[in-house]
Amino acid sequence: MGQTIAEKIFARHFRDEPFPGVNILNIDRVFCHEILTPIAINDLIQRGRDGVFDREKVKAIIDHVTPSKDSKTATQAKTMRDWARRVGLKDFFDVGQNGVCHALFPEKGFIRPGQTVIMGDSHTCTYGAFGSFAAGVGTTDLEVGIMKGICSFRPPVTIRINLTGELRAGVYAKDVILYIIGAIGVNGATDRIIEFHGPVVNKMSMEARMTLCNMAVEAGATTGICEPDATTVDYLWPFIQAEYRDRNSALDDFSQWRADIDADYSETLNFDLSSLEPQVTYNYKPDCVKTVGEMAGTPIDQVYIGSCTNGRLEDLRIAAEVLKGHKIADTIRAILSPATPATFQAAIKDGLIDIFMEAGFCVTNPTCGACLGLSNGVLAEGEVCASTTNRNFNGRMGKGGMVHLMSPATAAATALQGSIADARTISAQP
Amino acid sequence: MSDHFGGPALFLDRSDINTDEIIPAKYLTEISKEALKPYCLEDLSLEGFDHQSEAMAQARVIVTRKNFGCGSSREHAPWVFEVNDIKVVIAESFARIFRQNMYNCGMMAIELAAPELDRLFELAEYGQVHIHIDVNRRQINAETHTKRLTFNFDITPFDMALVNAGGWINFVDTRY
Ligand code: SF4
Repeated sequence: MGQTIAEKIFARHFRDEPFPGVNILNIDRVFCHEILTPIAINDLIQRGRDGVFDREKVKAIIDHVTPSKDSKTATQAKTMRDWARRVGLKDFFDVGQNGVCHALFPEKGFIRPGQTVIMGDSHTCTYGAFGSFAAGVGTTDLEVGIMKGICSFRPPVTIRINLTGELRAGVYAKDVILYIIGAIGVNGATDRIIEFHGPVVNKMSMEARMTLCNMAVEAGATTGICEPDATTVDYLWPFIQAEYRDRNSALDDFSQWRADIDADYSETLNFDLSSLEPQVTYNYKPDCVKTVGEMAGTPIDQVYIGSCTNGRLEDLRIAAEVLKGHKIADTIRAILSPATPATFQAAIKDGLIDIFMEAGFCVTNPTCGACLGLSNGVLAEGEVCASTTNRNFNGRMGKGGMVHLMSPATAAATALQGSIADARTISAQP
Repeated sequence: MSDHFGGPALFLDRSDINTDEIIPAKYLTEISKEALKPYCLEDLSLEGFDHQSEAMAQARVIVTRKNFGCGSSREHAPWVFEVNDIKVVIAESFARIFRQNMYNCGMMAIELAAPELDRLFELAEYGQVHIHIDVNRRQINAETHTKRLTFNFDITPFDMALVNAGGWINFVDTRY
């Protein structure tokens, strides 16, 4: 019997099975941010165990609220900063170098096919786009990861999702994943790993695959995984060129992390996406999804483009294409937070930031901020936000606020119209 | 470890209660568990629920439906229960990270099949339900003034070991 991607990664990283059904894995990457790590750091200090298992494998960032907005967030940031210096972390990202973790770490080339990655953050599943096993964990798992480089998981059970057909113009990875979550539900993949296959994924850029995997957890999945291929090699090439003779030999090596054809899946789901329409959420669960047509005209107060789901350069390009030469509606306030400094800088060079600002967007520094209702665009009671983020939970972007999730294109069109709108109806300006 | 988990039960008759509802993100800037105490379930959207009620203050066990604790990986969700002396959640199913966080803290996330859970919810119609978890016998004893029900539950040897050790860190220390 062949193996799934996760089964291959588990086998290679296996450390122990203390009880049947429990796998202790060696972890290649332990990522830390300032929201879930300080309590672990303080606990380690209290236990007299202030250190890390490997100063290169443990990496840290301040990203959720940055620069700090008040004394409490400043204390969290300081706890991270002091710790990173004290334990001698090789990679630590502070104000000026920081951005949203799941956008920044891939950009730095930190994630490779076949790796195990944990982070105290549920959207760690984003890194599955590289063919790694990457899962969000809580603070205690993180603390043990920092201390010992291990984590416990149940043996992997994988759902295979085949995405076939051809996406229409104006339909993106975000629409695909919203549609899948709508189809299988917020509980549809709990304790399962989703492997994404098929021509639609094969054609996707790494950015788009990250968007896809990012929201696997919204269907309850432990993680989402894409098979590494030539696109993966191209993306990582600047970081791996010293390790391989040429791209083909890298591809050969990465191919060991592809699923076997006779691998065993708990379920196989096929989605033909040829007639997929842009998707938008309603209500307070990410599986409450409708087509943009059904949601069109819903009044909006704020548009937010950013986050680990859709704050990358490709997302900014897509939104800017819709916005170019237009102005946002009078009733709208629109916010762009490029997810990383490199994205921000490239967007300036490419003239994208000009397009956003001329349209009337406020451009903020890279940070999570508004996505979890902490800074840079928190909603007031009763306000409605059209957002490229990944969660529409009650109160997520501010107490009493409503969030509609959508692609950057739909968010841009919505900013122009002042209510939810289909980007394909906006006329392109030269 | 105490083998006497239990006390007055709080019934939350809804599925998919997420971690933002259990402890809103704006409180994640606290760096002590105790500071979370007043905000338990502050953003829960459930008809008739008041997070500042007497029932909430007295609760030691939560009984709820499917996919409890979905959403973020914040361990603040189990912690806000812990500092409110709620060490057991009984549900039809849990989100992976929440469930793991509970046992990692030495607390219990107990799964009960839907029909049994229905009977437990029905019991609540007879008045305040007290629940006592007999960890060694794997039994949930639920009673009101007039009625008493007993349910058996399963717990994996690993989860049991975590409860006995008082959490994952202690377990790890004895083994790795
Ligand atoms: S952008 Fe939002 S979802 Fe992504 S890591 Fe930050 S807070 Fe979490």
